[in-house]
Amino acid sequence: MLSGLLGRKVGMTQIFGARGEIIPVTVIEAGPCTVTQVKTLPTDGYEAVQLGFGEAKLKNTTRPILGHLGHSLPQTPNQRRRQQIEQAKARQAARKKASAAAEKAADKSAKATETEADEAESTETTTTAKAGAKASAKRRRGAGQALGPFRVLREVKVLGGEFPGVGDTVDLAMFSVGERIDIIGTSKGRGFAGVMKRHGFRGGQRTHGQSDRLRAPGSIGPGTTPGRVLKGTRMAGRMGNDRVTIKELEIVQADPERNLLLVKGSVPGANGGLLMIRKGAQQLALAARSGATDAPKQRA
Amino acid sequence: MSLAPLVRAVEEAQLRDDRPELESGDTVRVHLKVVEGTRERIQVFEGIVIRLRGDHLRRAFTVRRIAHNVGVERSFLLHSPQIDKIEVVRHNVVRRKNLYYMRGLTGKAARLKERRD
Repeated sequence: MLSGLLGRKVGMTQIFGARGEIIPVTVIEAGPCTVTQVKTLPTDGYEAVQLGFGEAKLKNTTRPILGHLGHSLPQTPNQRRRQQIEQAKARQAARKKASAAAEKAADKSAKATETEADEAESTETTTTAKAGAKASAKRRRGAGQALGPFRVLREVKVLGGEFPGVGDTVDLAMFSVGERIDIIGTSKGRGFAGVMKRHGFRGGQRTHGQSDRLRAPGSIGPGTTPGRVLKGTRMAGRMGNDRVTIKELEIVQADPERNLLLVKGSVPGANGGLLMIRKGAQQLALAARSGATDAPKQRA
Repeated sequence: MSLAPLVRAVEEAQLRDDRPELESGDTVRVHLKVVEGTRERIQVFEGIVIRLRGDHLRRAFTVRRIAHNVGVERSFLLHSPQIDKIEVVRHNVVRRKNLYYMRGLTGKAARLKERRD
């Protein structure tokens, strides 16, 4: 089983709970994701699975990524030009050989000439075809499955159990209603924000003859001793656009048909933003601890 | 695809089609489900709709009544499962969306004329 899934934030609303109470929920489109790569201990040094999520246009995807996803790539203009030059050279060589052979065989009968020329041509074509096949085989990696292309590729851990293979799809069936999950997203960027917004400072006095001090930070430290501003002093600066993890959010509802998860509470980022939906870390830790206590018992 | 339809679809599942069209100034009887211990009973709150706000699943209204000489206002979500039934007793003539002016009126002045249409 995988530890997480990729999704995107759809928006917030409220729904009625079992007792008629109002529950604020965030609607998340979770998956379906496709396994694009499996990382194993012997080859990569760790175990993980790379997931692809969201549709992307072929023209907006780079060739290295297409190759990684097992697409057979169209030739670049450069490759095509080189191939054309090669082919032209091959044709010329064949023609030269044929004409030379024809001159040589001028004394001999006409029948013999024809067969020789044919032979020369056929050998040329087979060698070029072989070279082409070799190149395309090199380009086609993996099992030859053309996946995606996807908008995002991300890695998730594997929590034991069945190891998925490349090309498998995973959806929100891995989560159940009532389960606690962690959600990771990128918070909305606030730009260069002042100290009140960024750190919750109270600003200056509004009255008693103050001017221009409404949102000021106040003092940033003592004077001559130490004669510098301490590191880490909270000041104005870039705010938001950070990776934020919200832990232990409750799944209120799941709609496997539309791939929707309803999670109680808010989630970082703007609507449409990419989210990583992960099994709750605390619950995983608990499970791991109970697993650890189980293990010695089995040994004994 | 636009995201809004997905949120709307989620809300759609909880919309109730047995709710009447309410308008400001309507005299309504709201039948509430009240849970007392293990028993559930129906309590009726009758008054004038003085405010309507929100739309779709978030549609809400406020009912004002005079109980024991004290003005009481209660707000409800139109699609709340805690409401058993809403009866519109009569439509009244009002010229505003929010009837906050009713709060300053008592007795005869707080009457509304019934709409004839």
